[in-house]
Amino acid sequence: MSTPVLDVRGLAYAYPDGHQALFGVNLHVHQGERVALLGPNGAGKTTLVLHLNGILTAGAGSVTVSGLPVSRENLMEIRRRVGVVFQDPDDQLFMPSVREDVAFGPANLGIRGQALEARVVDALDRVGMVDFIDRPPHHLSFGQRRRVAVATVLAMEPEVLVLDEPSSNLDPASRRELADILRSLDVTVLMVTHDLPYAYELCPRSVVLSDGAVVADGSTRDLLTDDGLMSAHRLELPFGFDPRSIPAP
Amino acid sequence: MGAGHGHHLHYHGHSAVHRLPAHLKILAVLAFVLVVVLTPRESLWAFGVYFLLVVVAVAASRVPVRYVATRMLVEVPVLGFALLMPFIATGPRVDIGPLSLSEAGLLGAWALVTKATLGLMASLVLATTTEPRDVVAGLERLRLPHQLVQIMGFMVRYLEVVTGELRRMRIARESRGFSARSLGAWPVLASTAGALFIRSYERGERIHLAMLARGYSGRVPATHPLTATAAQWRQAGILPLAALATLLTAVTV
Repeated sequence: MSTPVLDVRGLAYAYPDGHQALFGVNLHVHQGERVALLGPNGAGKTTLVLHLNGILTAGAGSVTVSGLPVSRENLMEIRRRVGVVFQDPDDQLFMPSVREDVAFGPANLGIRGQALEARVVDALDRVGMVDFIDRPPHHLSFGQRRRVAVATVLAMEPEVLVLDEPSSNLDPASRRELADILRSLDVTVLMVTHDLPYAYELCPRSVVLSDGAVVADGSTRDLLTDDGLMSAHRLELPFGFDPRSIPAP
Repeated sequence: MGAGHGHHLHYHGHSAVHRLPAHLKILAVLAFVLVVVLTPRESLWAFGVYFLLVVVAVAASRVPVRYVATRMLVEVPVLGFALLMPFIATGPRVDIGPLSLSEAGLLGAWALVTKATLGLMASLVLATTTEPRDVVAGLERLRLPHQLVQIMGFMVRYLEVVTGELRRMRIARESRGFSARSLGAWPVLASTAGALFIRSYERGERIHLAMLARGYSGRVPATHPLTATAAQWRQAGILPLAALATLLTAVTV
């Protein structure tokens, strides 16, 4: 098999206060996959995400992105390859205009002038937000801000897009629009979410993280219909949602 | 969700003043204010000329006079202080009607009011015709240290987010029957301020993470540096140069 885009081996991490969040996580994501990372609150999902682009450094084990180990000297290239979309778009969009914000990442990579403008327009086009290029982010709706946040990362042409709770706080229409956008992107996706129907809709494969370790890895349909697994790890399907009654998307 | 419009000063328009690059407007206002401050307070007519010049600038910006006038109200505390000066200053006194006023105080009050008013009007020409983020970009172009530019940029970006949080906290407080009527309410208000500080601090940390995730290495790259044409320099120079000519005439004549 080809080199995985994300290759996490035996990753362990304890916060400086002594709290251990990860206990030997193994995870492989191959090119073109869309994988959901499921798990209850406090399972270590966000901690894992922060290791993927080198914001946290592994206590033990290793993280490799398309063959490149996450280490201090590779940080810039790692952050280009792994695009993280954070949960609150107000944290992600910090520049005074949409254009400047989307340009921030590629400009840090040293891109300037026409090439930069082309990247910005292209990234916004992929999320359907080109018309808002000169707006300040705080004048956009929440759903629009989330889409621009995705564009800020796409502009860096990442090899894998990591989304932290992409559907949180979105109204149903914005939620569906974002799903359409994510499906249209030709990029590997790792999606951290509590929204199990969303995971089922978008990700053929899911990984369950619980108490800092991977406890299940398989087809989303199989995991969601495994009642024993679900209840053992505080995962619950929303009322009325039964994956058995819905054909796999 | 904090999506309201926060243009308390900026007036949307397309006048020649609006189109000038921000850094030229900042320089022009700064130079004009310097000239006004340097003018001896006895040169009454010079201040009259300055006033006309600023009025012309306001007219050129096509911002309604009423819009500018209501924003002049921030000057009221200064006016209050100026009104006191003739009464509390010492030195020779003049009698005006039943009042005995200090000569030096009258002159000081006059200088304070005229210089403050002229400075404020010139600043309003800048503020009403330039979006806050462009002011920040202009300061960056003028080579203000980039840490200061970044602090200001974040302030502009997050002012509404933070005031939105404050508003939601107030609504949550009032929904539980709280009203700030007496001194007893102060501890509650203080803890609100504390909570807001902690939230903003934590948000700052999350923003920093998001910046690192996109390759931030200590400096926000300037992607669209402001440029100005010779014609724009000439336009922006009209106000301060006319004021300077007035000052020179006032001093030499």
